[in-house]
Amino acid sequence: MLYSHEDTITAIATPIGVGAISVIRVSGSQSIEKVDSIFRGKKKLEDSKSHTIHYGRIYSQSNEVIDDVLISIFKKPNSYTGEDSIEISTHGNPLITQKIIDALLENNVRLAEPGEFTKRAFLNGRMDLAQAEAVADVINSRTEVSLHGARNQLDGLLSKKIDLLREMLIHSSSLIELELDFAEEDIQFVSLKEVKEEIEDIIAEIEELLKSYSFGKIVRDGVKVALVGQPNVGKSSLLNYMLKESRAIVSHIPGTTRDVISEEISVEGLFIKLFDTAGIRFAEDDIEKEGVERSRQAIENADIVIYMFDVTSDFGLELYEEIEKTIPEDRIITVANKIDLGKDLSHSADAEISALTGEGIPELFSLLKEISLGSNIYTEKSAVVSSLRHYNILKKAKENLFSAVKSIENKLSGEFIAVDLRNAENLLGEIIGKVSTDDILNNIFSKFCIGK
Amino acid sequence: MVNMLNYDVIVIGAGHAGIEAAIASARMGCSVALITMEKKAIGRMSCNPAIGGSAKGHIVHEIDALGGIMGLIADRTGIQFRTLNKSKGPSVWAGRCQSDRKLYSEEAGEVVFGTQNLDVIEDSVNEAFEENKKIVGVKTEKGKEINCKALIVASGTFLNGVMYTGTDPKIGGRFGERAAIGLTKSFLDMGFVADRLKTGTPPRLKKNSIDFSVLEEQPGDENPQPFSHRTDIKNFPVLPQVSCHLTYTDEHVHKILEKGFDRSPMFKGLITGVGPRYCPSIEDKIVRFADKPRHQLFLEPEGLDSDLIYLNGFSSSLPEEIQFEAVRAIQGLENIEMARPGYAVEYDYFPPYQVDLTLETKLIKGLYFAGQINGTSGYEEAAGQGLVAGINATLKIQGREEFVLKRSEAYIGVLIDDLVGKSTDEPYRMFTSRAEHRLILRQDNAERRLVKFGYDFGLVSKELYNEFKKSEELMIQGIDFASNLRISPKNINGFLASQNSSVIGNGETISKLVKRPELKLKNILETLDKSRFPLVEPLLNNEELLQKLEIELKYEGYIKRQYELVEKMEKLENTKIPLNYDYHNLNTISVEAREKLAKVQPRSIGQASRISGVSPADISILTVYLKN
Repeated sequence: MLYSHEDTITAIATPIGVGAISVIRVSGSQSIEKVDSIFRGKKKLEDSKSHTIHYGRIYSQSNEVIDDVLISIFKKPNSYTGEDSIEISTHGNPLITQKIIDALLENNVRLAEPGEFTKRAFLNGRMDLAQAEAVADVINSRTEVSLHGARNQLDGLLSKKIDLLREMLIHSSSLIELELDFAEEDIQFVSLKEVKEEIEDIIAEIEELLKSYSFGKIVRDGVKVALVGQPNVGKSSLLNYMLKESRAIVSHIPGTTRDVISEEISVEGLFIKLFDTAGIRFAEDDIEKEGVERSRQAIENADIVIYMFDVTSDFGLELYEEIEKTIPEDRIITVANKIDLGKDLSHSADAEISALTGEGIPELFSLLKEISLGSNIYTEKSAVVSSLRHYNILKKAKENLFSAVKSIENKLSGEFIAVDLRNAENLLGEIIGKVSTDDILNNIFSKFCIGK
Repeated sequence: MVNMLNYDVIVIGAGHAGIEAAIASARMGCSVALITMEKKAIGRMSCNPAIGGSAKGHIVHEIDALGGIMGLIADRTGIQFRTLNKSKGPSVWAGRCQSDRKLYSEEAGEVVFGTQNLDVIEDSVNEAFEENKKIVGVKTEKGKEINCKALIVASGTFLNGVMYTGTDPKIGGRFGERAAIGLTKSFLDMGFVADRLKTGTPPRLKKNSIDFSVLEEQPGDENPQPFSHRTDIKNFPVLPQVSCHLTYTDEHVHKILEKGFDRSPMFKGLITGVGPRYCPSIEDKIVRFADKPRHQLFLEPEGLDSDLIYLNGFSSSLPEEIQFEAVRAIQGLENIEMARPGYAVEYDYFPPYQVDLTLETKLIKGLYFAGQINGTSGYEEAAGQGLVAGINATLKIQGREEFVLKRSEAYIGVLIDDLVGKSTDEPYRMFTSRAEHRLILRQDNAERRLVKFGYDFGLVSKELYNEFKKSEELMIQGIDFASNLRISPKNINGFLASQNSSVIGNGETISKLVKRPELKLKNILETLDKSRFPLVEPLLNNEELLQKLEIELKYEGYIKRQYELVEKMEKLENTKIPLNYDYHNLNTISVEAREKLAKVQPRSIGQASRISGVSPADISILTVYLKN
């Protein structure tokens, strides 16, 4: 698909997952208006001057606060691209930047193509010819590389996979088109039920790929682990031990005693964000309630919960059951602590440790890694989606295919099904740089005897 | 000088492309010479006696809306009319008719001879002349020199045509007719590139030797629909209607055909031109689909008075005796007499990247190519091009703005854009799947899409145009009415229940209700009080309009989505590339893409993006350079 240069585009300008702040860039004639629609500050950005900075909050479509941000306004022509532009500085959390990008996409801003900001800069006369040549190189190298699979192995596998899905789709489209253009031919037409099954297979494959994105994200952005348990079961001891073992402490954000404490550590190459929910219990007074609420949120947002109990004390079933309501059981690791004080377990646990001596902690780490990475579902030979752009394209393709299935279920005629299939095919082509040509007709002529 | 003649426009060839070109140009005010080898061969159907079919029927409707003649002649001479795909959605409904071959040609001849400013010259053009890359005239076999401002070449399969039945080549463009020698050389000398294509035709059988009693009959529609808006529906169909018949080959037939493979000009490599994949010869089908035990054949009548039957599906260039033996092994054809065998014909074409979207050649101004010379097959594809070439040649002479149809406006637009941008190395046939905007390129809205152009050019009469405007007004009122009037549950629920459609709790618009598959607009309108809603009566009285309105309402969501897509693409179509843009120094674009771009010389980024071998990255870079 080719894009118009009049669209408003966005992308994360800073490397993902690194650094205390991230910068999201938005450029295009509607950039100020679009950001205004998700931003609340003292004053409308529309009414603000160029080259000014504004503090405020970004809200999601469901009206939740995403983050406190600083916004810089650059009005045309005095911006990098020469268009109206906005830079949003957020906290350096990939989840936040992703949510802000999502909010922008929902407002019909689209993700920038490789080199597109620079290209616009040239088109708007912000660069000379020599620089433009360089831009061409950028655009070219990035796409050429993806075409020839010279990028890293993951992307090569993805291209192959998408190519395969596109072929499957062309096959399904051929079956539909065959009946539309060659109804007079003496051909056994396939039932729509079969076509539907084929499309559903493709949807399943795409869903698998979409799922792999969270794996890719975990590898890149880290896994969120909430540490939960009754008071005095030894959560702080485990936290301290882990921090000690961890080779790099990325950051330490202290909170009050009632806040969730968050640590970022790296264990066996896995990036872990640890949330110590020190305050969780069934609180009575208002101040404590606030802390409990935050803990609950931390659990809800967690990829994995470590539920810790003291082998010398009770399991805390009431609290455990509460947690089970918010997060599936297979994402909870039960940890029995203080085994140095005796191993008489009244309750079985996934891991048995002593936060004091360090016994059992390496096994806990292994377990954490195994669960985070989905029990090795994604081996080195699986295609994995790691780019947000690809993720969004695949999501759109899936929607189109769903719509095609719905059309079949509603017994609509083939040409309505074909519209969605064509869209999905074009979207897959976008990822691997293939333009739809006469693939469907070629497929029909090679597979079916046409010609009365 | 003796024999010196002057015309604004010369058209070479009086086939389906040539006559549309000549008539359009003459009606628009040019003096036109139509040169044909044989006056009696005007509008002759070289292959099957039928007009229309999937996507082709659409083109006929478009030609009609633009003021061309194909639909009108087909309506007057059709002996069986059917709407294909009627069980599917309206965008693939396609008209098709069997024609009386002889009457079709006679009728076409009558229209041609009755056109003012149009002279028919019985001759053959041997040479074309240019001066300073501009066409100036032609020289004929009989020694005539004719000057012109524009030359439209619609030579069909006649350029260096060679026919084969078995391994003996016969020079000619069509059974019993000569080929055109010399003209290709003239164009090669001007710098054009030519190549060869192949097409074929099946044997013609004697009707009275067929045992129809054992064959499956295929009658026409009970309620036949004409192609043209100029056809009086009250007196339609004009001619008595007849049936086609079906039969099949079997493995025994295939065995017989195989005996002749050692004398097949195709398999022996005598024919090098590429044939159409969608219309292969019977021998090709047997080889490529060896596991298929039978192939379907249609017996199509050649005309009411004709004693010939066209054996559709049995195109062949095998030796005559093999064809004869094989045909006699087919059920119902055991005692057949073969009037003449099938043959293959190989001919010159000029790969169509050499023409522009107006069908004027890029190399020589004033020279236009239309029809098979551009690599297409089919009467309808040819006629569509002929019309566009005739209109454009005239517009240019008259100093008016060119006429280019967009892909979102017409199948004719898709056709020419495909030809110019992708070129073709096999005979190109239209399919509905070639149109990315298929849902809005329907037969029912052809007039709404195109009649304004036909009227502007003076090819559609004021009377017809006014009639259209009146119906269009009613259409818009109808859409407005259906979208705004809410029918209350008490007035409609009884009807809904009777149609097995779920009842409604709140008032609902007609537009919403008619989207239910089980409901018909006509029946919903019938529930309304005609005295309260004066629009209901005229809508119910206009069956054609009622159907159009129903389609627009029923498929509104899909149609809207398609128009949104069109709008998005429009921006790319509107990003123009300068004429004769030099691609050779754009080192950052792949070599293949540069070559393709230089060859095609696209006019817009949209057109460039459809050229195969040009990647999205190339396009991205091109936009960067263009800005420079």
